Amino acid sequence: MKTQNQRAWLFVTPVLLLVAFNALIPMMTVVNYSVQETFGDNLFFWQGLDWFAQVLKSERFHNALGRQFLFTFLILIIEVPLGIAIALAMPKKGPWVPFCLVTMALPMLIPWNVVGAMWNIFTLPDIGLLGYFMNHTLGLSYDMTQDPFAAWVTIIVMDVWHWTSLVVLLAYAGLVSIPNAYYQAAEIDGASNWAVFRFIQLPKMKTVLTIAILLRFMDSFNIYTEPFVLTGGGPGNSTTLLSIDLVKIALGQFDLGPAAAMSLIYFAITLLASWLFYTLMTKNDNKS
Amino acid sequence: MRLKSLVPALYILFLMLPIYWLVAMSFKTTNEILAGFSLFPQTWTFANYHEILTDPTWYWGYINSIIYVTLNTVISVLVALPAAYAFSRYSFVGDKHLFFWLLTNRMAPAAVFALPFFQLYSAVGLFDTHLAVALAHCLFNIPLAVWILEGFMSGVPKELDETAYVDGYSFPRFFATIFLPAIKSGVGVAAFFCFMFSWVEMLLSKTLTAVEAKPIAAVMTRTASSAGYELGLLAAAGTLTIIPGAIVIYFVRNYIAKGFALGRV
Repeated sequence: MKTQNQRAWLFVTPVLLLVAFNALIPMMTVVNYSVQETFGDNLFFWQGLDWFAQVLKSERFHNALGRQFLFTFLILIIEVPLGIAIALAMPKKGPWVPFCLVTMALPMLIPWNVVGAMWNIFTLPDIGLLGYFMNHTLGLSYDMTQDPFAAWVTIIVMDVWHWTSLVVLLAYAGLVSIPNAYYQAAEIDGASNWAVFRFIQLPKMKTVLTIAILLRFMDSFNIYTEPFVLTGGGPGNSTTLLSIDLVKIALGQFDLGPAAAMSLIYFAITLLASWLFYTLMTKNDNKS
Repeated sequence: MRLKSLVPALYILFLMLPIYWLVAMSFKTTNEILAGFSLFPQTWTFANYHEILTDPTWYWGYINSIIYVTLNTVISVLVALPAAYAFSRYSFVGDKHLFFWLLTNRMAPAAVFALPFFQLYSAVGLFDTHLAVALAHCLFNIPLAVWILEGFMSGVPKELDETAYVDGYSFPRFFATIFLPAIKSGVGVAAFFCFMFSWVEMLLSKTLTAVEAKPIAAVMTRTASSAGYELGLLAAAGTLTIIPGAIVIYFVRNYIAKGFALGRV
């Protein structure tokens, strides 16, 4: 039971001020741009909701949004089952545990532009390890800069490489919290491996898996640096995800109005997802 | 049993391959890289590392990154501590809404904020300073730190607080001498995650700096585009960025998962 204490607001004030400075002022700037037209020289004209209508109707936005959902969907259906499978196969104790944890977490600590650059070097057709293997050992024609399909496969594999460990670590944390007595009871009852997974391990991993899935959803939805460094959104526009497209419009073409309207629509989608995340998580909190 | 341990082994092999390739590249000469494929460096060279460690534009990139990352970690954890305590111990008007609002900032796409941040930090005269990047990264690191610390603090029984007050401890003394030691692993994990996300982020840090506080990420992209095909140099720079992460991760290896679960395992 928590105590009612309004002075708690004093405790949260520093956080409030710092985050508000970073979130509210830029957000107001974006709102401001989204309803105005500018021709430079700080001349602004009221534009109403035209930019929103334009963005929502534009094929370019639909395509970027479609690619974004496809990307997020693909990495989720690969990373989550793969992460669970690896966590199940990991040793529960012994000298290999710290080794596994450290090596698996390593990709997540590499700066995102280095991840992109590393995969670029790794996949260069004649010089890269993967590129050479695909082209010269397997005899396939694999060139990310020419073939949209190859580019897609590469950004998916890169993301699997980068973030599957998040699912592994969370699922593993859920698994080691299961008391041994549960397994002993299952053994006495003669439960199959599948039954152990379905009725003991999976329920115990529910909370952490919810967090894993939703974190992966959010972060993949906001992804920018890694695919940008690796493919630059190409070939053509084939790997231009939402953030890449947004930065192209805002910082590349300086179309502030449409970029701002797009930002707000983009943010609204993530906000909706955040709300889902929050309700799911607090629901779990209340039950336990 | 043997077959089962093959799965993590193969996975780790898959994780290590691109990293191996980056490290191998960094020890090759440019001639060797361009001449064609070789699995190991034929003629080992330290020229790439030598160039990075002697050229100020290169090594200042690392120093700048480490300065703003450290600054951000200190600020985030310091302001998150009292806030997390408030969320874990008290209920107050609007607490749930505030908590959710903090979360939305963790989930905001950095691309949305790039341009407004540039204008905001230029307007307050902080553009191209370490402080600007450190403050900007607070946007997603403070919510994260509050969440992780709140999770760890809620694991400490409330009786600890009450006993301390009965014993006549003042709040600051209780917080510093009893409560902080009780959640020190949580503080370590929160600091680690702030370090991590500030270290890997690059869109905002690149947008908010020009010369004085230029992060290593920005130095790398400029080299990649201007020098054309200096792959060995790029690989060496990339390899050096992996080292700080590898060092700090060792210290928190047993708590990483708990941190990612926002203290809720």
